[in-house]
Amino acid sequence: MVQTIAAIGLPIDETLMIQKNRLIPKSGVTDSKKRISIVTGTHGDELEGQYVCYELQRRINENYDCLTGTVDIYPALNPLGIDSITRGIPGFDLDMNRLFPGSENGSMPEYIASKIVNELKGSTAVIDIHASNIFLREIPQVRINELSRDTLVPLAKKLNVDYIWVHSSATVLESTLAYSLNVIGTPTLVVEMGVGMRITKEYGDQLVDGIFALMKELGIWSGEVIEPKQPIISEDGEVSFINATKSGVFVPSVEHWKNVKKGDHIGDILNPLTGEINEKINAETDGIVFTLREYPIVSEGSLIARILA
Amino acid sequence: MEEKTLFELSSVYRKNMRIKGYIFGNGEHSACIVGATRGNEVQQVYICSRLVNILEQLERKGKICSGKSIMVVPSVNSYSMNIGKRFWSTDNTDINRMFPGYDLGETTQRIADGLFRNVNDYKYGIQFASFYMQGSFIPHVRMMKTGLEDIELAKDFGLPYVFRRDVRPYDTTTLNYNWQIWETKAFSVYTDATDTINTDTAAEAVNAVLSFLKKQGIIEYNCHEGYISKLIEGHELVNVKTGTAGFFIRRAEVNSRVNQGDLLAEIVDPYSGRTIDKILSPVNGIVFFHAAQPVIYAHTPLYRIIPTDDLI
Ligand SMILES: [Zn+2]
Repeated sequence: MVQTIAAIGLPIDETLMIQKNRLIPKSGVTDSKKRISIVTGTHGDELEGQYVCYELQRRINENYDCLTGTVDIYPALNPLGIDSITRGIPGFDLDMNRLFPGSENGSMPEYIASKIVNELKGSTAVIDIHASNIFLREIPQVRINELSRDTLVPLAKKLNVDYIWVHSSATVLESTLAYSLNVIGTPTLVVEMGVGMRITKEYGDQLVDGIFALMKELGIWSGEVIEPKQPIISEDGEVSFINATKSGVFVPSVEHWKNVKKGDHIGDILNPLTGEINEKINAETDGIVFTLREYPIVSEGSLIARILA
Repeated sequence: MEEKTLFELSSVYRKNMRIKGYIFGNGEHSACIVGATRGNEVQQVYICSRLVNILEQLERKGKICSGKSIMVVPSVNSYSMNIGKRFWSTDNTDINRMFPGYDLGETTQRIADGLFRNVNDYKYGIQFASFYMQGSFIPHVRMMKTGLEDIELAKDFGLPYVFRRDVRPYDTTTLNYNWQIWETKAFSVYTDATDTINTDTAAEAVNAVLSFLKKQGIIEYNCHEGYISKLIEGHELVNVKTGTAGFFIRRAEVNSRVNQGDLLAEIVDPYSGRTIDKILSPVNGIVFFHAAQPVIYAHTPLYRIIPTDDLI
């Protein structure tokens, strides 16, 4: 059942709507109040979650009798952004994930943010699916603020991701959707996977497998599920960053999610005008490349890779 | 005057971007003035260019007090201004959300660091900032309630108002906030323009800064000392929103006095031309801010009003 949770008039003959689809068990199956909410599309250039929303529903509909709780699916928290290939909220140039918990009396973006928090509040779990950005490719992972480690790590382990990154808290992150929900007792997991403006089907399938495993754990699904992968769990100290020190065109010589040894060649930053190599980039530690530059043009400081020791 | 390159960013496709500082006087790092951190802050660069011009004249006349130095940094983001973008030219990040910066981090963190390490030991820090929505303000000094803000000092700018508001999580990465943490007395000065040049309000901002520098004993300069500033707290302002989308036809301007029930704006249906909503003032007061978009969404804050008793 498609429901509109917020509607805002736009100037010319249009209304902006934030919508969800609610799937509930067939009558008589259960009186469970368990509810999982799948949200995505906060950043309009991140599309991996679009496939997940579709595929999850396709599989539920194939075995609808197994649904024993509520599934709410919100494919587009920032529909204008997705439609116009804009990361932030068009017209405001604001990062929507810096506006939560929002305010009922605020401007349009703040008003929408408050409606979203209101709807999601009380879910048994919320999965907030992100897809990095157009610059970096990420392995399927869950990112957890250290403040919510104890509640969230056990849930994240069910999600069939490769990696769980427990990161330190920062004041600026207090205005994210996940923080705002976790702080009011609604467990919210942030998934990052793939790359902006693309869909990586195998990652989507992998995560959908995991969402079913989590739903089963929470009593929302009674069907067959996979045994989730054992993810690597790490903290900030084990992650090293490689940033470009020169501008140019980055061409990688390693594959994503592969092991590297200290000194291994990660890639080169080329100069197309002079035909020179501006910078040769080598790994400074042994580890596994879980983030890799996807967008070739780099400037001084651009992130090239993250390596997990 | 000394021109100094504070930071340089290399590029393969463009000339390197330089952050330039213009330094007047010698000795103690007394006051630093920063203009645009965003590519649309044209008025902010314009104000800085006026200051550079005037401070150079004052320096030639020996009017910079001995042992004091002033630095003006007109722009931190010339790359974006040159291509008509507000945020960073490649990844659209906001340099004014990257402070104190990080010299080994992402590009805009490096730019923030490149500026901040050159300005973090000044006694006074003044930034010309802009608001995230199109709109006009009564010129004012804006402060965050960090516990380190100095309201009395802010009144030395002689602008009509000093505005203080609560800190929000994202404020902790602004230049102003980090200046305060590093024990610089920091002030943000707002005028009514951003992506256009308004020479009148620019002159007012320049006068405010010179008046402030004079009162701190940094320059010798006889000028109109402006107003006795009034402190207003963010929560005192009355917000007026629209419930309706459409054309926004403004009927009250910044600084105008309004009475309860006065017409502030009409919202007009863009196709039929019918007035679909009349926005009335809920209080007696003075218009502190109005939005400036020709078309507006529902829920847009249109006016912020300073309530007054107005018995006369
Ligand atoms: Zn995202």
